[in-house]
Amino acid sequence: MSLSVALAHRFGGFALDVAFEAPAGITVLFGRSGSGKSTIVDAVAGLLRPELGRVALDGRVLLDTAAGIALPPHRRRLGYVFQDGRLFPHLTVRQNLGYGRRFAPRPAPAAEMARVVEMLGLGPLLERRPGRLSGGEKQRVAIGRALLASPDMILADEPLAALDEARKAEILPYFERLRDEVAIPVLYVSHSAAEVARLATTVVALSDGRVVGQGPALEVLGDPMVTPTGVRDVGAVLEARLVAHHPDGLSELEAGGLPLLLPRVAGAAGRRLRVRIAAQDVILSRARPEGLSALNILPGTVDAIRPGDGPGALVSLRTPAGTLLARVTRRSAQALGLAPGVACHAVVKTVAIAPGDVG
Amino acid sequence: MGWLGAEAWSAILLSLKVSFWATLGALPFGLLAAYALARWRFPGRGLLNGLVHLPLILPPVVTGYLLLLAFGTRGPLGAALAEVGIVFAFRWTGAALAAAIMAFPLMVRAIRLSLEAVDPGLEQASATLGAPPWRVFTTVTLPLILPGILAGAILAFAKAMGEFGATITFVSNIPGQTQTIPSAIYAFLQVPGAEGAALALVAVSVVVALAALALAEVVSRRVARRVSGA
Repeated sequence: MSLSVALAHRFGGFALDVAFEAPAGITVLFGRSGSGKSTIVDAVAGLLRPELGRVALDGRVLLDTAAGIALPPHRRRLGYVFQDGRLFPHLTVRQNLGYGRRFAPRPAPAAEMARVVEMLGLGPLLERRPGRLSGGEKQRVAIGRALLASPDMILADEPLAALDEARKAEILPYFERLRDEVAIPVLYVSHSAAEVARLATTVVALSDGRVVGQGPALEVLGDPMVTPTGVRDVGAVLEARLVAHHPDGLSELEAGGLPLLLPRVAGAAGRRLRVRIAAQDVILSRARPEGLSALNILPGTVDAIRPGDGPGALVSLRTPAGTLLARVTRRSAQALGLAPGVACHAVVKTVAIAPGDVG
Repeated sequence: MGWLGAEAWSAILLSLKVSFWATLGALPFGLLAAYALARWRFPGRGLLNGLVHLPLILPPVVTGYLLLLAFGTRGPLGAALAEVGIVFAFRWTGAALAAAIMAFPLMVRAIRLSLEAVDPGLEQASATLGAPPWRVFTTVTLPLILPGILAGAILAFAKAMGEFGATITFVSNIPGQTQTIPSAIYAFLQVPGAEGAALALVAVSVVVALAALALAEVVSRRVARRVSGA
């Protein structure tokens, strides 16, 4: 199942003009607030009518302004998880969850309800009303409610933005399960690099109403030309496998045959996870450094250099573990003679890797 | 109940009947008008708003007279309706119509306020879950504005119980047929020595009004708690 979107819309001095594909897995619309992400999702859901556009889910056309087709929201079969939950206050959690069922052309079997309740841990909440739920609980119910309407795809507009860090950490795994277990395609809006690194199968990077990069998550996040939320926020993602926990509180991972040492991560040996390494936490060295406190040294070759507007430059480095991004000064890049093809080493401090960037 | 004469009793029962049907009959129109004013943008919206509020600002006698012109046996609407057997002039049904029209602005205001307080985001959520527009209305909007509808209905009922000017102008003051509590009090006050009967009806009026107010408070508080999701 794949969603194809092409939209053009103008409002109040802002012009949106995008085209992208969202294949299976989680496609994250990634960009700053005001980049047009929510407008796109609303247009896909049918809550906003764009001036021009075509939206199709596989062969099913949801919107085609040229052909005069615009299905109303209730006939699009897209489950929408809103930023503010939007649970029905007059219904219990159970009734909220069952709400979409009565309108579904192929209602989910009762066993599906039990499975979703189990997956999202909603059992103890079923008889409560939304007014008595915490923010994190509300979002879990909202996810379940969208799923149980048997949609062809899930839309999620910054579903974690209104939550604090602890609640975010509580909800993120449920989206991972959505991706890995339910296998329903998800279009997910976010401005958080950490969320993108954790969840995205595909990234569509947006800036000022335009697509500035799209493709498989690791490729787009490792591309120095794509910085939709600014260079300070840039970081490449490595895919790694948990090898062992060391008694001194470190966890050893393996990526492309290279060892990576991280502050303790959860899980058993063999677990696959993604590690986001912020570009500004990476030091580059031509020679293999000796007598250094940093524990992770990855050899590689320079792939591309993008000089910034200021004193900085963004360097992408191809290593056996995957593509890394390093943010260094242009002066250093010049002094080291960095150019595409040049061999060099990336140095990453273990403690610089935040727990939220691993998972 | 010896302290209330037969005439007073019939006025009380008639008032209750008239107010009940006036409220019930006005409800669907009140809901529609409130929805149109709160949600739709259409040419003539200002005019509709003015028309709805007209009975509130016109002297009741004028409203009653206009009703008589329109719905009297020789009025354009009255004559047409008489063909199908519906007669308002000088009947209790006419008293109900007058009361409904006089109570209409209050009812519309209460419902409209509660409609404007409904988060449109909830209705959008309902639509994305597959609910067609009329189901969005019956499963989300309607339950959420229930406190407003109840408040509007109780307010309208209380107003109908007290309606005098339009009623007496439109359907006169016929004991047992169109003589409601206010008309009966007025009639008693015209007769020397009937002040006692008038006072008894005054007491009934006060009790009914206070009871309606208390009921409105209790019901709306209970429904509001249910609807707020706590």
